[in-house]
Amino acid sequence: MPSLLIRGGRIVDPSQSLDATGDVLIRDGRVVAIGAAAVSESDAAGADEVIDAEGMIITPGLVDMHVHLREPGREEDETIETGAAAAIAGGFTSVACIPNTEPPIDTQGAVEFIHQKAARADACNVFVVACVSRDRAGKELAEIGQLVEAGAVAFTDDGSPVYDAELMRRAFEYCRMFDKPILAHEEVLELSHGGVMHEGLVSLALGLPGMPAAAEEVMIGRDIALAEVTGGRLHVMHLSTAGGVALVRRAKAQGIAVTAEATPHHFTLTDECLRQFDSNYKMSPPLRTAADVEAILDGLVDGTIDCIATDHAPHAIEKKMLELDRAPFGILGLETAVGLSITRLIVPGRLDWPRLVDAMSTLPSRILGIDRGTLAVGAVGDVTIIDPNLTWEVDASTFRSKSVNSPFHGWQLTGRAVATIVGGRVKFRLHEAAAAS
Amino acid sequence: MPPAPLLERKRQHPMTASDHAFAEVPQSWTHRHLLDLERLSADDITLLLDTAAAFKQATNGCRTKLSALAGSTVVNLFFESSTRTKTSFALAARRLGADVVDFSAAGSSLSKGESFIDTAKNLEAMGVDAVVVRHQTPGTPHLLTEHLGVGVINAGDGPHEHPTQGLLDIFSIREQLGSLEGLTVGLVGDIAHSRTARSNLWGLTKLGAKVILCGPPTLVSQRWQELGVEVSHDLDTILPRCHVLNLLRIQFERQNTPPFPSVREYAHLYAMDKRRLRRARSDLVILAPGPINRGVEVTADVADCPQSLILNQVTNGLAVRMAALWLTCGPRAGEPTPSSQPAGASA
Repeated sequence: MPSLLIRGGRIVDPSQSLDATGDVLIRDGRVVAIGAAAVSESDAAGADEVIDAEGMIITPGLVDMHVHLREPGREEDETIETGAAAAIAGGFTSVACIPNTEPPIDTQGAVEFIHQKAARADACNVFVVACVSRDRAGKELAEIGQLVEAGAVAFTDDGSPVYDAELMRRAFEYCRMFDKPILAHEEVLELSHGGVMHEGLVSLALGLPGMPAAAEEVMIGRDIALAEVTGGRLHVMHLSTAGGVALVRRAKAQGIAVTAEATPHHFTLTDECLRQFDSNYKMSPPLRTAADVEAILDGLVDGTIDCIATDHAPHAIEKKMLELDRAPFGILGLETAVGLSITRLIVPGRLDWPRLVDAMSTLPSRILGIDRGTLAVGAVGDVTIIDPNLTWEVDASTFRSKSVNSPFHGWQLTGRAVATIVGGRVKFRLHEAAAAS
Repeated sequence: MPPAPLLERKRQHPMTASDHAFAEVPQSWTHRHLLDLERLSADDITLLLDTAAAFKQATNGCRTKLSALAGSTVVNLFFESSTRTKTSFALAARRLGADVVDFSAAGSSLSKGESFIDTAKNLEAMGVDAVVVRHQTPGTPHLLTEHLGVGVINAGDGPHEHPTQGLLDIFSIREQLGSLEGLTVGLVGDIAHSRTARSNLWGLTKLGAKVILCGPPTLVSQRWQELGVEVSHDLDTILPRCHVLNLLRIQFERQNTPPFPSVREYAHLYAMDKRRLRRARSDLVILAPGPINRGVEVTADVADCPQSLILNQVTNGLAVRMAALWLTCGPRAGEPTPSSQPAGASA
């Protein structure tokens, strides 16, 4: 296999507390040398391909642990191929796909199908999150052991909460045997029933049915209690409320095995956006208030929220071009996450680079238990190269995703992935992509 | 054959002195649509009310016809059932000389899966000049304006707003009491699900009235106070302070779980009856947007008492809707009217 040398960039790798200018040399798909003056001149001269990364940030390949690839069943929204293409265009070398497909991913065969399709797409790594319950019906456990054997890295019924508290308790207990986390969609359905947006002053004025923050917080409270009593690993998906952040913070302080993620839209937008009645602002959990956004930002800063995940949820345009109550929940994420994170977190100085890379690569890898999120010598050669100063305008018509349901269309962002390297092979280069289009 | 230009067709109608008063939409009206009262200014609302008053006078109390919109076509696009509002809009359009087409969701392509945007675009391609839309979902009229090139009037979008209903309530109060400034208006009942309440709230407060929202906490959120309005759960306490009461219907059809234990209990706490009427100001004005549930929000004797403006409201609805239609699609200075363009030019 050829070798690849990335030269002269700022390497940010929190897994080895590294933040320094230097080179990364990858050979046979693995990192063989990293750091300042780590690569000898003869090695450099012998490299098959060289990327000049001066002025760029070099990070372990970014990992999005919450992506809906829609295949099988809803190929009109996204396929594994188009979703993986969107991932590398957004700077992600790995995604974890969520099993609320049709049929849901609850058998070894289904996991195998995803792996095959992902191999055929040959873009990014696709890790499979499988169902907690058989047929995602919330009645009985899926064959979790078999699914682990097939390669499932975590379990979720996302799209819905695991509603039966006893089943959730069993799932926590059973997953301990494999040290796998349960990724939880936290929602008390009776409280959010029929809702299309956050319940608050804006929903009151607009006459739109609301989804109260309590609907999320009550369920987080339940799952923290169950994680505590079972010793299981809870990962709270798309945390969106100030109260939820406080619950997770307290649980962590008590030593309960809980982790959490937040999405770029939840740390960027508020329920005021719904005044436009645009269904691209409709997602679950919904956009909350400015105070909630501040709490999410604080949670990212103090580490209560471990990581950033997109909840990339594509929907074909004809499904979103409906009345707000008929349009489905969901927003694209893969191709705007890096730009939004840098614009909202790095540019204003809320997070430093090591913490952002931790949140987008190292910690999601650790939570999923996958051998990614590091550029240590010997690690898989997944690398993202980011231009931190590039300003660009989001244009949904250029997305690699099959869908365009992004409210960020037309936004000016700072920072973008310019090259995405998976297993030592350059899968995406922004300038080539721009030249081709 | 394309329709004749507006001016040409207008000649087929005798021009009266009152028609000349409505030759051109005043330049101070800058809106293309009438979607909600929240985003209108006090001046906009006053212009609407003054225009409605002028139409009411010029038509002998909404009885005779003008030709201010002769040659225009208005479509009533109703995705939710309605008798009163639809008839009122149709009559208002006819009083101005416009043609009216009714389009109901039942039995249409919508039941075959067509989206509301496609339905509206098809109607637009047939050459209509204004779309009056009612829909069960908030914001649907707003979305239509992004896809259509013609004026859109919101005839009720779920629990969001019903601007012409708000205007006709305010018009009726103004007609009876002269001015809104300094009045206290109680909106009583199902505030949570009432588009009438929201349109009243914005219109009344912009014109200087004080609004009290009254009903059980399950239907009247404390959060309304953040908008500077008073919230009360006790009708008997606020009653003596109110110059006007607007009694809103309990929208049983929009409830997930019952907001109060029984109709009997609700009526006991909030129904406007003779007993309560005696405790109110002697010049109290009572409104109800209708349809009314007699015996729930209001007892029959109070609904029909001299202080009740319920039937005046219906007449005034015509005047307000004439104003809304004319301001939305009437001729503007320096602009060709929509119907003077060849058919299909905008499609």
